[in-house]
Amino acid sequence: MFRVIASKMIVPNMHLLTLAAPAVAREAKPGQFVILRAEEEGERVPLSLSDWDAQSGTITVVFMSIGSTTGRLALLAPGASIPTVVGPLGNATEIENYGTVVCVCGCYGIGSIFPIARALKRKGNRIITIMEARSSYLFYWDERLEAISDKMIHITRDGSKGHRGHAGRLPEILRGLEEPVDRIIANGCTFLMKRTSDETRPLGIKTMVSLNPIMIDGTGMCGVCRVTVGSVTRFACVHGPDFDAHQVDWEELLQRRKTYMQEEVVPLRTSRCEERHLRSQEKSHE
Amino acid sequence: MSEGEKKQLDLKRREMPKQPPEVRRYNFSEVALGYTPELAIEEAKRCIQCKKPSCIANCPVEINIPGFLKKVAEGDFVGGIRVLKDKNCLPAVCGRVCPQEEQCEKTCVFHKKGGQIAIGRIERFLADWEAQQSESEMPDMPPRSGRKVAIVGGGPAGLTVAGDLIKFGHEVTVFEALHKMGGVLVYGIPEFRLPKAIVNREVEYLRKLGVELVTDFVVGKTRTIDSILEEYDAVFVGSGAGLPWFMEIPGENLNGVYSANEYLTRLNLMKGFLFPKYHTPVKSHRKVAVVGGGNVAMDCARSALRLGAESRIIYRRSREELPARLEEVENAEEEGVIFDFLTLPLRYIGDENGWVKAIECQKMELGEPDASGRRKPIPIEGSEVIYPLDAVVCAIGNSPNPLIGATTPGLKIGKKGNIEADEKTGATSREKIWAGGDVVTGAATVILAMGAGRFAARSIHEYLSSL
Ligand SMILES: Cc1cc2nc3c(=O)[nH]c(=O)nc-3n(C[C@H](O)[C@H](O)[C@H](O)COP(=O)(O)OP(=O)(O)OC[C@H]3O[C@@H](n4cnc5c(N)ncnc54)[C@H](O)[C@@H]3O)c2cc1C
Ligand SMILES: Cc1cc2nc3c(=O)[nH]c(=O)nc-3n(C[C@H](O)[C@H](O)[C@H](O)COP(=O)(O)OP(=O)(O)OC[C@H]3O[C@@H](n4cnc5c(N)ncnc54)[C@H](O)[C@@H]3O)c2cc1C
Ligand code: SF4
Ligand code: FES
Repeated sequence: MFRVIASKMIVPNMHLLTLAAPAVAREAKPGQFVILRAEEEGERVPLSLSDWDAQSGTITVVFMSIGSTTGRLALLAPGASIPTVVGPLGNATEIENYGTVVCVCGCYGIGSIFPIARALKRKGNRIITIMEARSSYLFYWDERLEAISDKMIHITRDGSKGHRGHAGRLPEILRGLEEPVDRIIANGCTFLMKRTSDETRPLGIKTMVSLNPIMIDGTGMCGVCRVTVGSVTRFACVHGPDFDAHQVDWEELLQRRKTYMQEEVVPLRTSRCEERHLRSQEKSHE
Repeated sequence: MSEGEKKQLDLKRREMPKQPPEVRRYNFSEVALGYTPELAIEEAKRCIQCKKPSCIANCPVEINIPGFLKKVAEGDFVGGIRVLKDKNCLPAVCGRVCPQEEQCEKTCVFHKKGGQIAIGRIERFLADWEAQQSESEMPDMPPRSGRKVAIVGGGPAGLTVAGDLIKFGHEVTVFEALHKMGGVLVYGIPEFRLPKAIVNREVEYLRKLGVELVTDFVVGKTRTIDSILEEYDAVFVGSGAGLPWFMEIPGENLNGVYSANEYLTRLNLMKGFLFPKYHTPVKSHRKVAVVGGGNVAMDCARSALRLGAESRIIYRRSREELPARLEEVENAEEEGVIFDFLTLPLRYIGDENGWVKAIECQKMELGEPDASGRRKPIPIEGSEVIYPLDAVVCAIGNSPNPLIGATTPGLKIGKKGNIEADEKTGATSREKIWAGGDVVTGAATVILAMGAGRFAARSIHEYLSSL
């Protein structure tokens, strides 16, 4: 069992969880993830490592409460335990001295990009952090990222902080920088990563993303995490999760992530009557 | 048995009661119900106690078969289980999943006349009988040696090594990547063929013996073998053959196309058939095609039936070449699985939302025997057919996961990704590292994995005693 050390909602619907997992903390590297189960009957879900401390043997994840497992994880209080925390899984993000690196993040990716940016900074890179959210109240870890970034840029849908809009503003923001960009790293929801990829492809700047397909074991055993990268099928859990964004088949990834929408989202987000209605509609379509 | 009795040869194998097909195809409970004590005794009495028993020679772990049959015939079940467990630490599992028809039963002297003793059924009966007794016997434990062994993987190979080494007096820790011990026995083989309670019982027995069982620990990720060796005197690798193969044909990444591992793991390890009580979802498909013809394919096809789908097996050779156990093929047929033999998938066809909606196949005919000795399937031009469906399970094989090899410098890996190890001892190219089971042989059987574990345990014990 793995004990909860700290648990907090940091911005609406976004939670931070610190767990005692000494073996994972000892080996963790930026860009890796863990798989957790909230209960004995629980599903296995992957979450990126947002921080860890080998000394105290703890790891920290940041997640959005969207489904059955994240919903349960969000309710855990310090002192509670969960049955599974396994990792660190996946390959670490490549950390070299590239020159200037732009870290694009949003949603849970603000948390998961932090250790990557920190390591890149230590390697001597200039770090420009671009955070994206619907509104300014959804930003978190500003100070932590600011401490390791040479420049901070915000984008909000409602214009409440920084640029108004979304990742579509990236080209002009990048053009406005006084220096050339050597590498871009994007973490967060699939749409943010895809959009970033679409915007940076014409600019010819190498862009890395941390893909988030459905997973079960996280060790290369089930193959549910397959993604097409450069027309080759890869298992994101063992060959990734980081891939060259411009090689990723994004439509396929988005499609595959929807596999269990009907089973997982519909019962959670709708009343039972609606669900029955949907089913009967489905039947009449046959 | 007296001379007089011996003349009356009884060639009638006693049938084992089963759930009727029309009932069992709708539930996940075990298909076979097992012998009653009376049936077991009757069947065991048929054994003529050969002087040179040919059955033993064909058992990978050399169980004293006539020995335990004699005890059962005498109604001495305690004695029987003792003989059995002397060589086989997982009899309840082997009694259910061993291909006895290819092993001990095949070389029984009555085989020619079709009356071979139902050794597997009696083995299973004994193990189940023991489980019903309040306390299973604990063996006498030798003094502790002070030596420590780490085992990678909690499948039949790893568990066998653990059981043997703890009985030799060593300290044993098993590291398992998943959240449950048992390997394929818990994530692959379905409940209706091997109830998980049976595997858990065997695992609990090891825990009682003092084996330390660590789940959620991926060796090579959570810790490397070399780091483990700083704390342990020896390592046994029994990490299995868990890497699924795909056909590498168009449409394979459409929604609704699964590897057998994914399909079975969702159901067995994650208990998806009990969704939403268990939180891992499974889709309720209407028409499922399973590609392949081995035990794995049969398990997938029969699982799909039980989830309410029309279920078909697509296999490129004919019924005769099916690598699955005959008993499982017959069970599948009885339950209503449709078999399309001499059929090879060419591509999967998707709908506008990225879901698989059909499979295009080509018909085959059998040509000359190939390297495996089986007749080679040859495509028939212009024989393409399209089957509508909403799910495909790819059950064409697995190979060992490369992780251990990639993170253990100096460990020799063969062409097929298998760890190279001595057949008799399990010794690898690295000192202090042994390996056995599917990770060495490629996907094989439970009893071979156990046998390899047994040999390795002996060799590890010799090594530790020499320190
Ligand atoms: C390597 C990796 C790292 C990850 N890291 C993180 C992380 O650090 N933090 C984090 O929050 N998540 C992360 N994810 C995603 C997370 O694992 C999934 O969101 C997970 O499914 C949540 O589980 P759940 O049981 O709460 O939701 P489920 O019950 O699984 O329900 C999720 C359902 O939501 C649907 N869905 C897909 N996208 C969305 C969306 N944008 N909004 C709402 N519903 C959607 C899916 O179809 C799915 O069926 C990561 C994924 C991977 C593969
Ligand atoms: C669906 C199916 C049906 C089958 N039916 C039969 C049958 O009827 N009869 C029969 O005899 N055989 C059958 N088999 C084959 C049989 O199950 C295997 O041959 C046997 O389980 C091999 O045992 P093993 O211990 O070598 O490996 P496995 O059972 O594969 O166990 C290996 C274990 O190691 C773990 N592991 C892997 N890598 C790591 C790591 N890096 N760190 C920690 N742990 C790790 C895995 O999670 C797994 O639990 C079947 C197989 C399948 C898939
Ligand atoms: S070969 Fe058959 S009859 Fe002879 S000892 Fe073995 S089980 Fe009994
Ligand atoms: S999650 Fe199962 S293979 Fe990647």
